[in-house]
Amino acid sequence: MNAANPIQKETPKKKSFELFDFLYKYGTIITILALVIVFSVANPSFMQGSNIINILRSISIVTIIAIGITISLSVNGFDLSVGSVASLSNAIVISMFVWFSQNTLVAIIAAITASLIVGALNSFMIVKMRIPDMLMTLATMFIIQGIALTYTKGATVSQNMIMPDGTFSTGVISPFFAKLGQVPWIIIIMVVAVVLVHIFLTYTKHGRYMYVIGGNQEAARLSGIPVNKYKVMAYLMSALFAAIGGIVLASRVMTAEINAGAPYLMDSVAAAFIGFSVLGAGKPNAFGTFVGAVLIGILQNGLVMMSVPYYSMDIVKGTVLAFALALTYYKMKS
Amino acid sequence: MAITLLEMKNISIEFPGVKALNEVNFTTETGTSHALIGANGAGKSTLMKVLSGAYNHFTGEIFLDGQKVNITSPKDAQNLGIQIVYQEVDTALIPYLTVGENIMLNETVNDMGKKQLINWKTIHEKATKILASMKINVSSKKLVSELTLAEKQMVLIARSIMKDCKFLILDEPTAPLSHSETNELFRIVTDLKNRNVGIIFISHRLPELFEICDDITVMRNGEFVSKERIAETTQNRIVEQMLGKKLEEQFPKQNVNIGNTVLDVKGLHDIDKIRGIDMSVKAGEIVGVAGLVGAGKTEFCKALFGATKVTAGDVYLHGKKLKIKNPHDAVRQGIALVPEERRKEGILVLESVATNLTSANLKRFTNIFSLLNFKEEKKTAVEMVKSLGIKTPSEQTKVQNLSGGNQQKVAIGKWLITEADVYIFDEPTKGVDVGAKKDIFDLISELAKRGKAIIYASCELSEIIGITDRVYVVYDGEVVKELDTNKTNEEEILFYSTGGK
Repeated sequence: MNAANPIQKETPKKKSFELFDFLYKYGTIITILALVIVFSVANPSFMQGSNIINILRSISIVTIIAIGITISLSVNGFDLSVGSVASLSNAIVISMFVWFSQNTLVAIIAAITASLIVGALNSFMIVKMRIPDMLMTLATMFIIQGIALTYTKGATVSQNMIMPDGTFSTGVISPFFAKLGQVPWIIIIMVVAVVLVHIFLTYTKHGRYMYVIGGNQEAARLSGIPVNKYKVMAYLMSALFAAIGGIVLASRVMTAEINAGAPYLMDSVAAAFIGFSVLGAGKPNAFGTFVGAVLIGILQNGLVMMSVPYYSMDIVKGTVLAFALALTYYKMKS
Repeated sequence: MAITLLEMKNISIEFPGVKALNEVNFTTETGTSHALIGANGAGKSTLMKVLSGAYNHFTGEIFLDGQKVNITSPKDAQNLGIQIVYQEVDTALIPYLTVGENIMLNETVNDMGKKQLINWKTIHEKATKILASMKINVSSKKLVSELTLAEKQMVLIARSIMKDCKFLILDEPTAPLSHSETNELFRIVTDLKNRNVGIIFISHRLPELFEICDDITVMRNGEFVSKERIAETTQNRIVEQMLGKKLEEQFPKQNVNIGNTVLDVKGLHDIDKIRGIDMSVKAGEIVGVAGLVGAGKTEFCKALFGATKVTAGDVYLHGKKLKIKNPHDAVRQGIALVPEERRKEGILVLESVATNLTSANLKRFTNIFSLLNFKEEKKTAVEMVKSLGIKTPSEQTKVQNLSGGNQQKVAIGKWLITEADVYIFDEPTKGVDVGAKKDIFDLISELAKRGKAIIYASCELSEIIGITDRVYVVYDGEVVKELDTNKTNEEEILFYSTGGK
């Protein structure tokens, strides 16, 4: 009796959901194309090469941070602290140059090390103390935000800033470091991050293990997968990409402003969740996250060109995130 | 005291594809304790759920004192004085409220009327009175989350008798209790009986039922078998009635050369359930772990696999002592477990058949850079689908679209790809239809033929008899008897499983 069962079950299901399935798979890409057409018609300069590069540059930091979130989502976790970690990494890398006159390598290593410590703290509290990930990283978000602020004494760190003792800082940001935040390097870094993580999640056993853990943690454990090890790894990688995001941000603006990384949290979360549905993956994936970031980038760029004020942008972004979430969870239900 | 007579006549109920109860008759009266017994799936719990109003789509009639009553919701049953205490006490209690609030829960929910304010004093007073009348020594102001399991059960019983209670159904109340806790429960049962409450007692443990009950009703396969006075029957007779006519199933019995001892377990203890299990399994041997629900079979399997904490005892594989702290260690050293709750623990419903099949041994499909070899993965998955007879449109189909039996096959197939030395099967046929059962038995004997050591834990005695070479009977977390399958029968296994000595 069960011979024909699964096949029978599937055929009628497919029919009624055909349209939804199609929109689920290609909806994001169709939306991007539609937006491109609308914006091009509204403002012909939208399609110019310089603007396209402009868009890619503007989404690169979001994408890099969102890639980290994607990894934490793949083990069914969630890292809210990435924005703060990016702020911290930004502050450290700039201060290494400006305050301590260090070279590029030392500055970058310092920023990454500090971020990995945060990742280790997150994973320890989540894996060992069993604090729900969203709550724990919410706490870390505030802690790290506070630490970054305390470290910079609540001031913007930049070249030739006034030090507490009244003198001017003498350190300079190395010209090589300044290159990282400029085209083409900023775009190259983003593409490399997307490609590497895509390969990691899709083509290596480690990525597969992470998805298995995300799909059913108990089954993963009983399959002999070292669940805790991979969860720790996921949070470390999430912090690492947040750190890289912060470093690239530092190079792009050449200063460390207060909470500079915070606005990237919202965009990155939206990008990662939009990515769920891209091409019907149904799970967090690096390529989808990139497409999600492109969607947000185009929306933002196009709306700015159409003179929508920057302070209204959050309305649009929040709505897009809500829509992406609705799509993902409605799909899971059906 | 007036005695109330309860009669259930010709009760039938159907669930999609199963006739769970077929024209069952059941009678009891207040002031007595009535045992209800039957093998797993006999319909005891379903019958009691009908009586307590959990289902409204049954046919048949229920009479109280000759008067026909209409029970279609738990509230109807409660208004008639019929209360039930389910086995899973935690589902009925709110852990962060006090004992008093929990006992008075029905009253605060249903009988407040227009009153908006809660009178804490009366709540605790009333609750304390009930607890005192049952001689239960628990403060009504204690939080339920701080209670032991036995105390939680007492709280539930107290809640049930808060209101006028004529019949109290206890669904396997003693399964999680220790010996002294059981005695305490029996004291309360006797006490309630003297207060003219009719107790209906579901249990698998015959000695208990013979100690505490006056009458016994036996059920089998959704049908009524017999009702007798406890004083006029014997444990052996009840066991015979529970089993009824034996169904000889077709088990693939192959001649396998049994080799040397592969697995040796000595004095295994876990945190609460398992109390010193010794067993050994030889190459090519299928060893049964028999026991009733709650005897500790699953706990034993999990402890052996490192999925729960082992507090004492040693495990030897090929004479070498193993250090197993978690399932990862177990898998690395050649032990595989097909868990009981496979939807929860064995498979990834949202992933494809191929991903599921290879998830326990992904190493085989990776090169030195940990990159996956999709071609090889697909090939192995297709082969496995074919050799297990998994009914699926393709190896890329998501497992949630397969039937229960086929999901089970995927869970088993996962471990066949792994090449372990010891395979542990925990209730592998649970929720599997007859056709798929046969496939699973074939698979297991095929493994034995290849010289694997197999542990087969099940409460289905016919399967234990059919497929195993040797049986360990587990009762209350201990091996009470080791039997040679050829020289035993279901009656004997059931006798030991129910605590017979």
